Amino acid sequence: MAVCVAVIAKENYPLYIRSIPTENELKFHYMVHTSLDVVDEKISAMGKALVDQRELYLGLLYPTEDYKVYGYVTNSKVKFVMVVDSSNTALRDNEIRSMFRKLHNSYTDVMCNPFYNPGDRIHSRAFDSMVTSMMIQVC
Amino acid sequence: MEAAAGGGCGSGPPLLLSEGEQQCYSELFARCAGAAGGGPGSGPPEAARTVPGTVTAAAGPVADLFRASQLPAETLHQITELCGAKRVGYFGPTQFYIALKLIAAAQSGLPVRIESIKCELPLPRFMMSKTDAEIRFGNPAELHGTKVQIPYLITEKNTFKRMDDEDKQQETQSPTMSPLASPPSSPPHYQRVPLSHGYSKLRSSTEQMHPAPYEARQPLVQPEGPSSGAPGAKPPRHKASLIRSFSVEREPHDNSSNYPDEPWRITEEQREYYVNQFRSLQPDPSSFISGSVAKNFFTKSKLSIPELSYIWELSDADCDGALTLPEFCAAFHLIVARKNGYPLPEGLPPTLQPEYLQAAFPKPKRECTLFDSYSESMPANQQPRDLNRMEKLSIKDTADFPVPTQDVTSDDKQALKSTADEALPKDMSEDPGRRKPLYYIFISYSSTSIEEAMKRGEDPPTPPPRPQKTHSRASSLDLNKVFQPSVPATKSGLLPPPPALPPRPCPSQSEQVSEAEIHPQLNRAPSQVAESSPTKKDIPHSQPPSKPIRRKFRPENSATESQEPPSTVGPVSAASGKPHAAVQKQSSKQKKAIQTAIRKNKEANAVLARLNSELQQQLKEVHQERIALENQLEQLRPVTVL
Repeated sequence: MAVCVAVIAKENYPLYIRSIPTENELKFHYMVHTSLDVVDEKISAMGKALVDQRELYLGLLYPTEDYKVYGYVTNSKVKFVMVVDSSNTALRDNEIRSMFRKLHNSYTDVMCNPFYNPGDRIHSRAFDSMVTSMMIQVC
Repeated sequence: MEAAAGGGCGSGPPLLLSEGEQQCYSELFARCAGAAGGGPGSGPPEAARTVPGTVTAAAGPVADLFRASQLPAETLHQITELCGAKRVGYFGPTQFYIALKLIAAAQSGLPVRIESIKCELPLPRFMMSKTDAEIRFGNPAELHGTKVQIPYLITEKNTFKRMDDEDKQQETQSPTMSPLASPPSSPPHYQRVPLSHGYSKLRSSTEQMHPAPYEARQPLVQPEGPSSGAPGAKPPRHKASLIRSFSVEREPHDNSSNYPDEPWRITEEQREYYVNQFRSLQPDPSSFISGSVAKNFFTKSKLSIPELSYIWELSDADCDGALTLPEFCAAFHLIVARKNGYPLPEGLPPTLQPEYLQAAFPKPKRECTLFDSYSESMPANQQPRDLNRMEKLSIKDTADFPVPTQDVTSDDKQALKSTADEALPKDMSEDPGRRKPLYYIFISYSSTSIEEAMKRGEDPPTPPPRPQKTHSRASSLDLNKVFQPSVPATKSGLLPPPPALPPRPCPSQSEQVSEAEIHPQLNRAPSQVAESSPTKKDIPHSQPPSKPIRRKFRPENSATESQEPPSTVGPVSAASGKPHAAVQKQSSKQKKAIQTAIRKNKEANAVLARLNSELQQQLKEVHQERIALENQLEQLRPVTVL
């Protein structure tokens, strides 16, 4: 149900970014980029002491007219950003959380692969298929 | 092309055949149709081609062929129904091709459906029995030109070898297919005989079904023999070439097909090899190989990182970053398959699933019963076993490579290199032709690891010991002195000064100390060289410069040795005064490690230098003898002339 999924590294460069529809990708890239500011704001707002207790799911980062952007941060400061269509009102918070959980699990699997160098772009087919399953079907 | 023409007449459901499949199927079809189509009388190849028209395969040969595929009867019925032969009443080319594809699907374990033919399948396999051959032999009266036939059968086994030269995939099975052409009754026997030979010629789907006299086919026998590809043969391209070269002796003995099962099935030999490799990486077969260890190991296979990454994804089923034994076997098998040219599958094949592997291989030996439940027959495993036997044999030679490479992290890089160097030439001198393809996979294992090891060994010590050696031989004494300081700088770890005193700040002191140490090692070698030096005039160029140098070492060494005791006192006192102890502890630990490594390297160097000098001495002695002999000859010659 997501329109765009992005995995951002700790240094704020993208490890994986994919959106559908495939045209107008730049718009989504821009949205993800701007949402990083919001993510950083939320992280810093927690304070250092709360790092352990900080919840990984950040929730709605900001809504726009057509889209809503959700964020999720791992303990290693890898950020997952998901853009969903605003018209998709059936999406509940729990579903978003479960999607992020799946993303996190797949990301962990990618990390487990010794041939993956942390910091490289993610080319894993398993990860791709998982993301595809989460993406909305725009036909 | 004949195949295209055959496909053209009566095109049913769109059949996408790969090139190999097309070849194979058209040959098979030609066989079955061949009886009728066997060219009349002379000019067999052209005659067959010039006769256009729909070709249909005789039901008899087709039925026999299907039976040879060793599928159960109901499956064959299903196949015949599906392919439409029953519908149209005959086996046209399309029906025949569909039937063959369905046979292949059934043999691969897929359900017999029309959809199955859409996927890429291995070629169908057909078993030949010895009785067929006997029957063939047993009807000499019916065969014109029996003598041609019999030598052909005898040369069947030779054709295996001939086929090694021809790079056709399916040919391994062609001679075994020929006995197929020997049904009990004589008229079909007529029809069957040409199946065995006229492949290239009979391949044309334009053959007509009319009983052809044997004579037409006899001349085909031998010329066609070598070219007759085995239609049902399915050994995968690269594996086939390897298998052929490896198992050429065994094939004639199994008159049945020796196709390996799907490429994703692990044979026993392969399994044993994988287990051995696993053990070399991780002694306990029931525990894991960590990701980094596995990465190093698999990187030696020289596949690209994305491919290795994908193979890892496929094989690490539980995604824990470590490989258990079945996972490791699956990964290894995928790598081997990929190296042999197989495309990687989209998902882990069922035969490589960890559960399957664990179930199928509870014991390392003799799991044939489980095998047979999946494979066609025992001989079917022999071919991959042959391949893997040779794999294992060639790998056994290099088997010590992966083991030493695990010591990469140790400091014995020199030792590693020497063992590898010895082993490498030894292996290369062995049967290179057969073993090269697989051998190279594993040679790369050793070479890359050695290179890495050497690189690692050389990076930490800033002055590599080797230049010192070379310079000591060829250069003047002064150069030696120049290089020694750099080496001793790291060698001072041998001294027992407090760790707080790294050698580098005190090069002058350590230089003398290490000089003293190095010289005894070097002088063992030069001493021998020096002895023979005065007597030699015509020595190789490298000798004269080295000898004077070496000899000078000793007096110098004695001089430095005398300085050594006072110098050892020096650093100790200096060290006690240094307040940097705490700060430099860690770096000194590293340096100690580096120094140990350097020391060991130097020791190895010294040994080699000594060996070198001994050989040089021998060379000189030989030269002496030669000169003496020449002198004698000179003396004797005038006598004989007179």
